[in-house]
Amino acid sequence: MTKGTFGQAINSALDTALALDKRVFVAGEGVGVSIHADPNMPTSGLLAKYGPERVKDTPVSEAAIMGLAVGAAAMGLLPVVEIMFFPFITLASDMLVNHAAKLRYLSGGKTSFPLTVRVKAGVNFSAGCQHSHNLEAWLAHCPGLKVAFPSNPADAKGLLLSAIFDPNPVVVVEEMPLYWTTGQYPKGDQRAPLGRAEVVRAGRECTVVAYGSAVHTALAAAEGLAQKGLSVEVLDLRCLAPLDREAVLGSVRKTGRLVVVHDANKTCGLGAEIAALAAEQAFESLKAPVRRVAAPDIPVPFSPPQERFNRPDARAVAEAVESLV
Amino acid sequence: MSAKNAARRLEMYSKLVLCRAFEDKISELAAERGRLPGMQILATGQEAVAVGVVQALSPEDVVVSNHRSHAHLLARGAEPGLLMAEIMGKAAGINKGKSGTLHMAAPELNVLMTSTVVGAGPPLAAGAAFALQYAGKEALAAVFFGDGAAAEGSVHEAMNLAALWRLPVLFICENNRWAGAQGLAEHCPVESLSQRAAAYAMIGETVDGNDADRVFARARTLAEACRLGRGPALLEARTYRMRGHGEYDRQHYVPKDEIERWRALDPVEAYGRRLTEEGLLSADQDRAVRGQARARVLEAVAFAEQAPYPAPNQALEDLWA
Ligand SMILES: Cc1ncc(C[n+]2csc(CCOP(=O)(O)OP(=O)(O)O)c2C)c(N)n1
Ligand SMILES: [Mg+2]
Repeated sequence: MTKGTFGQAINSALDTALALDKRVFVAGEGVGVSIHADPNMPTSGLLAKYGPERVKDTPVSEAAIMGLAVGAAAMGLLPVVEIMFFPFITLASDMLVNHAAKLRYLSGGKTSFPLTVRVKAGVNFSAGCQHSHNLEAWLAHCPGLKVAFPSNPADAKGLLLSAIFDPNPVVVVEEMPLYWTTGQYPKGDQRAPLGRAEVVRAGRECTVVAYGSAVHTALAAAEGLAQKGLSVEVLDLRCLAPLDREAVLGSVRKTGRLVVVHDANKTCGLGAEIAALAAEQAFESLKAPVRRVAAPDIPVPFSPPQERFNRPDARAVAEAVESLV
Repeated sequence: MSAKNAARRLEMYSKLVLCRAFEDKISELAAERGRLPGMQILATGQEAVAVGVVQALSPEDVVVSNHRSHAHLLARGAEPGLLMAEIMGKAAGINKGKSGTLHMAAPELNVLMTSTVVGAGPPLAAGAAFALQYAGKEALAAVFFGDGAAAEGSVHEAMNLAALWRLPVLFICENNRWAGAQGLAEHCPVESLSQRAAAYAMIGETVDGNDADRVFARARTLAEACRLGRGPALLEARTYRMRGHGEYDRQHYVPKDEIERWRALDPVEAYGRRLTEEGLLSADQDRAVRGQARARVLEAVAFAEQAPYPAPNQALEDLWA
């Protein structure tokens, strides 16, 4: 294991994949030469090491970037493309949603699209709603797309490596404010399975399901509640599609209570899917209603006090848990 | 040179100086931790494009701006205090703190929309121009976008539609030679973006974007053609992004001599020199213009800093009409 930042862990995954397999290439706006001179930016140093044939700066052309990935993947390459901010995936969505996700199906299984999309996300860096808009539920809704959403450096590396070598299109969501957080991650080609959730804190009285940085919100809430004598289990989904339904159901059957937390707004968010899953398949285990802790149904506001208001915090999670026990 | 022209050119100079002073202050505040939220993207070095084009517009003309919007807004007459309060996220800001620096709109000044999604402006402007055409107005929509934006499909779709329907759109490509850390040669196969106009059978011209007089003159001619129903036009203004992409950008990837070369072509200084040489601007007047600009900016900062933040739950307002 190595100690490093979330950003360095992603960098290590890209480095590992590029070194391992000549079919891998990286493309996007500023993935080679960047305005950020920061080793915690995930593509830092790759151009110098692998050259412009494999680390490709593109024009500002999201549709072409995604088309490049789809076409090259169909030809057998393993593209890893970057979308600079989550809302800009809308410009690439035809290539991603109508093509990457559907062309294999349309070909009767004859073609495949082993591409990876790294999307830079987050709702708390004062850029406003055209830069901050977590659209993971849109993507998870599309059959044919896998969606990973790591919360820590080890998963950031492991899930990205799995994504790159997965034979299907995978979107990996990276919350930029996490880039500078630190942790342990494995050296070399160590992959984390796509579609497997993880209990990151075991507990008995309530399950809190989260992903990405909301996992840290949930853990902080669980820590605070432990002081009050409440035992909370935190489940990190790690992957939204495929969803680890068994892990969710297993935890809910054990604790009998469920809170889901995410930074994205509430309506039609991932929380709705998790709540429906519990209602459909673990109803008899539930001792209380399911609660969702999510942003209100507004675009992410810019003004600092409003941006804080928008984002679910540990107190909101703790209150939701306490309202159930 | 008529007295009217002289007055207009002095007004343009005051605006150039104001834009520069405003953004110099932002850059200063951005360097101090905690005084400005978010990223600060400045048009330092590109002021002559904003000022020259906007001067050629009539009040009925609509402006659509992009992420590098401060000079467009100031040239159109936006109040520096309202912009500064917005940039700080205050309730008194021009968009109640909902926008911040990146998407400020001032429909009261016909700066109808600003988008920080690169390449979004041209289709939006085509829509605004359609509404003007529909209403039979002799007015146009002017849209600013960058050399980088010219690579977005949306820009090409908008140009094609505007040309096909003869929509009154003045496309202004601010070619500042950079898109993020990608230099023009790395992101664009042509040196001159006005060449693109030929593909849509519209007028296309390139102008020295650091020369406010020339920008004004070409923008006025093209705007006139748009208003008369001749369809859209593309004006490429060659200029330079003097301060990097945003204030966090240290320009480590920019050749030092390139920055120096363009510093010598500073559009604000050049215009002051020209007016002085022509005897239109005395040393005293110049001091007064600069002093006034500084004073307005300091006033703006004082106003913005004492202004309260919006209430957190006012975040829930303004979504629906
Ligand atoms: C659709 C989209 N992609 C990427 C970005 C990130 N981005 C912001 S500005 C910029 C460069 C734009 O270059 P250019 O159009 O030349 O404008 P300039 O910044 O030089 O004024 C990029 C890539 C964005 N805002 N929107
Ligand atoms: Mg540019």
